[in-house]
Amino acid sequence: MSDPVEGWVDLGLETEFPGLSLAVRECDGPVRADPGVQERLAAIASRIRGRTAIELRREPVPAAYRAFYRQVGLDPDVEMTPVEAAVGRRLVDGGVRTPGPLTDALELAVLETCIPVYALDPGALDGPPGIRPARPGEQLVDADGARRGSPGRLVIADAAGALCWLFGEAHGRGAPGPSTAPILLAAVAVPGVPPMGVDEALDIAAGALGA
Amino acid sequence: MEVLLELEGAPAGPYTRDRQSPQTGEGPARRALRRQVARLECQVADVVCEAFPEALDLGPAPRMPSRVLAMGELEELRDHLVDQLGEARRQLAQLARTQEDARARLERMLLDPASFRGVRISQRELGEPGCGVWRVAPRLGIIGRMMGWWQVKISSGCPLAT
Repeated sequence: MSDPVEGWVDLGLETEFPGLSLAVRECDGPVRADPGVQERLAAIASRIRGRTAIELRREPVPAAYRAFYRQVGLDPDVEMTPVEAAVGRRLVDGGVRTPGPLTDALELAVLETCIPVYALDPGALDGPPGIRPARPGEQLVDADGARRGSPGRLVIADAAGALCWLFGEAHGRGAPGPSTAPILLAAVAVPGVPPMGVDEALDIAAGALGA
Repeated sequence: MEVLLELEGAPAGPYTRDRQSPQTGEGPARRALRRQVARLECQVADVVCEAFPEALDLGPAPRMPSRVLAMGELEELRDHLVDQLGEARRQLAQLARTQEDARARLERMLLDPASFRGVRISQRELGEPGCGVWRVAPRLGIIGRMMGWWQVKISSGCPLAT
């Protein structure tokens, strides 16, 4: 497991949003299921109530993501912030669903720190990843397999092009497979999120992956 | 309800709706608008949390392009959040009045159950957690009904999870 490294942020965005950052850390892997992770997820799920989901937005870190969503043209009541989406999934599922160890690790990190962590396949990347606005004509593969473009919307990208929407999972190039090793973990911090929390989110995800 | 906001460091005069980079001198105004948006978002969230478990109907937000918002768009968003906050506070005040009325009705019901035969007041109407319902019922069933023996009962709460 490597130390966290700061990914790059487009200069215009950095000026506009001081504090917007992408911290990345490579984990050796391979990803393996850890029953301890599922127990921790179950413990968290047992503490989540409807009121928890609503009261979250009063806490500083989730509030920072909600404000940032607004500032980049996303409605957090429609496209939920990562932690609100994770809490919502726990409420709808009524407990713990474990699609796989990688998803579990990322879910655990966001539920414990409210900071989203995403996984990328470092072998598919061209240089370090960063955050920038999508370019005109640039398209991304969505979860349903369709290719969509939205110029100006923020993306995580490398030198070769966009990898995924900011706050979205990679589904095309850069998406890790079940046997991908190593794995690149990327945590997105917005203005108002303490750097210590970002390190913790990466630590939790990496620890849950057995790194 | 009016929400007054200061546009700290903002240049005087109208803002254009055209997208301009922060380097063109809009920076301080954009920062101030972003701070206002963040603060308003927190204030709306506070009111929504206070109203829980009642859901406030705040209407949809204006559709914004998914990108860094231009000056005019930030202003539009700020204005929408100001309106939303005012509406949220109005609905919360209305909710508080409704709950106050329900509490007053419950007090009268406890003092004189016979005048409130068959009336039911839920914990939710009172703004209290739980699924209990206060209701006026006859003591000893049909005998109480015939004799005019009325009492206030509260149900035992939420059904058990199956």
